[in-house]
Amino acid sequence: MCKRTAAGLWTGLLFAGALAGAADLPGEEKEPLGLGRQATEAEIRAWDRDVSPTGEGLPAGKGTAQEGARLFSAKCASCHGVTGTEGPAPRLVGGQHTLATKHPVKTVGSYWPYATTLYDYIRRAMPFTAPQSLTPDEVYAVTAWILARNGIITDNAVMDAQTLPNVRMPNRDGFVPDPRPDVPHR
Amino acid sequence: MAHDEQARTDRPPDDSAAGSPDDPPAVLSRRALLTGAASLAGFTAAQSVLSSLNAAPIASPGQEDPTLIPGRPPTPYGQRSAFERAARLAGATSSLTPLQALHGILTPSALHFERHHNGVPVIEPTRHRLLVHGLVEQPTTFTLEEIKRLPSRSRLAFIECSGNSGGEWQTPAGRTVQETHGLFSTSEWTGVPLALLLREAGAKPEATWMLAEGSDAGAMARSIPLARALDEALICYAQNGEALRPEQGYPLRLLLPGWEGNANIKWLRRLKLGAAPFMTRDETAHYTDLMPDGTARQFTFDMDAKSVITSPSGGQQVRAGFVEIRGLAWSGRGRITGVDVSTDGGRTWRQAQLDDPVLPKCATAFRFPWRWDGQEAMLQSRCTDETGYVQPTRQALVAVRGINSSYHYNAIHSWLVTMDGAVRNVHV
Repeated sequence: MCKRTAAGLWTGLLFAGALAGAADLPGEEKEPLGLGRQATEAEIRAWDRDVSPTGEGLPAGKGTAQEGARLFSAKCASCHGVTGTEGPAPRLVGGQHTLATKHPVKTVGSYWPYATTLYDYIRRAMPFTAPQSLTPDEVYAVTAWILARNGIITDNAVMDAQTLPNVRMPNRDGFVPDPRPDVPHR
Repeated sequence: MAHDEQARTDRPPDDSAAGSPDDPPAVLSRRALLTGAASLAGFTAAQSVLSSLNAAPIASPGQEDPTLIPGRPPTPYGQRSAFERAARLAGATSSLTPLQALHGILTPSALHFERHHNGVPVIEPTRHRLLVHGLVEQPTTFTLEEIKRLPSRSRLAFIECSGNSGGEWQTPAGRTVQETHGLFSTSEWTGVPLALLLREAGAKPEATWMLAEGSDAGAMARSIPLARALDEALICYAQNGEALRPEQGYPLRLLLPGWEGNANIKWLRRLKLGAAPFMTRDETAHYTDLMPDGTARQFTFDMDAKSVITSPSGGQQVRAGFVEIRGLAWSGRGRITGVDVSTDGGRTWRQAQLDDPVLPKCATAFRFPWRWDGQEAMLQSRCTDETGYVQPTRQALVAVRGINSSYHYNAIHSWLVTMDGAVRNVHV
């Protein structure tokens, strides 16, 4: 199968005028109805916490795998295992070069295409029993620990808003757009 | 990776004792009556029911003649009969709709399947806000009341988790149709078209993707391609005529008819417009389809056409003579145009009757008259949708996708009826 990046193809398929066109619903007013009110900067800042693959949204702060080891042990290992492989929560470490085998092991190291997603997800949803309780430095440190255990960065590499988006994930080019319908009818 | 959609801790309600899953038990135990009576607490009728336990049976064993007892008065919010037992099958992170016990195409709200990523949040509707920002002329927040003032739409649509039947990729894992297909439900949904809501904030022409985010403890978030979503997407506040159930996103959810369930973000609090996908965990690490060559398909939104026989189905008992084979068919790409049924494992097919209404991206009920002669039989259904797509055999599906893709399993399903009348899930 030809490897193309899904994001690149999708962006190419979409067209800028789509929004204006599709909004012309029959029988509706063409102009805004004036409902809702302008959001304040504080309201946006409180919720606008997603991190994109370009690093947009990453906060100030930094961390290394060395710093992350203690945190992982204290706050993550009870679900993910002491080495990030034991579970019962999803396995985080290992599995590289298994995706095309009969027993694929999908982990951060073997499967995830972007290191920034790791930061985004830990910040929004982890630890499972206390989401959003980690500081930016702690999220950088735990992110660094998981990347280092997968052999993607070194133990003393500093992860921050500049370095994290530049981390090249092993499966970065492993995703393809939806080719369906793909199953021929006999 | 463990496929958590399929993780189960409970056993299903056992339907095998009754001829049909929705038949009430022939003889009600004292405990069943007491349980039923408990839900009527506060009404004089409850005492009458209890006192009747010692009376001579008239209408049927264990039941007093109801024409002799004044019934209970009206109530503010109704409940089903205390004799009905159809229930979701709940695991750690999801619960399954009891398709074998339902009729028609609508799923009662209380039985709509659940899938959530860190529990069902408690949200006070007057404090809930929806923030629309990013590539818009004016970042805007909406109260629920303001959203309800906007022009509304109601439509019937199914929601199917893309992990529905995921256990079937590798083995005939589910015993009942609830276990094999229960991450599928249909409701009438009411809300405001996404396109109208975005007009209020003034979406910029360069906006091509939208991040939709929930206010659950998982802060579930998915990137939605706007050009595909705008025709039909609704921001919903109602389900089957009343406010959304908490487990369905109360007070606000995104509805993308025909798209994989996960994209229909619940407890919706934020829409951020951008020019590229945001690449959240649940569109990279999860909800991507691993192929045999090691690549993974991403943004596989559409739910392909699929059907299943719900009666007779796994765990039920077939009786000799007339049997109406019943089931559901649906397609995320439009209307169902036909369903064929086979009783001989796919060697011969005959057209099933479709019940009205046949709506796009909605469950369609089918039925097929059959006489069971007591011999082994293999029951299958195969649907076609208005794009001409035909539901594939398991063999054809697996030949293309292998068995490790976890999501979007839509193969023809086989129920084996053995000579003792038992029905079992098998792969052919």
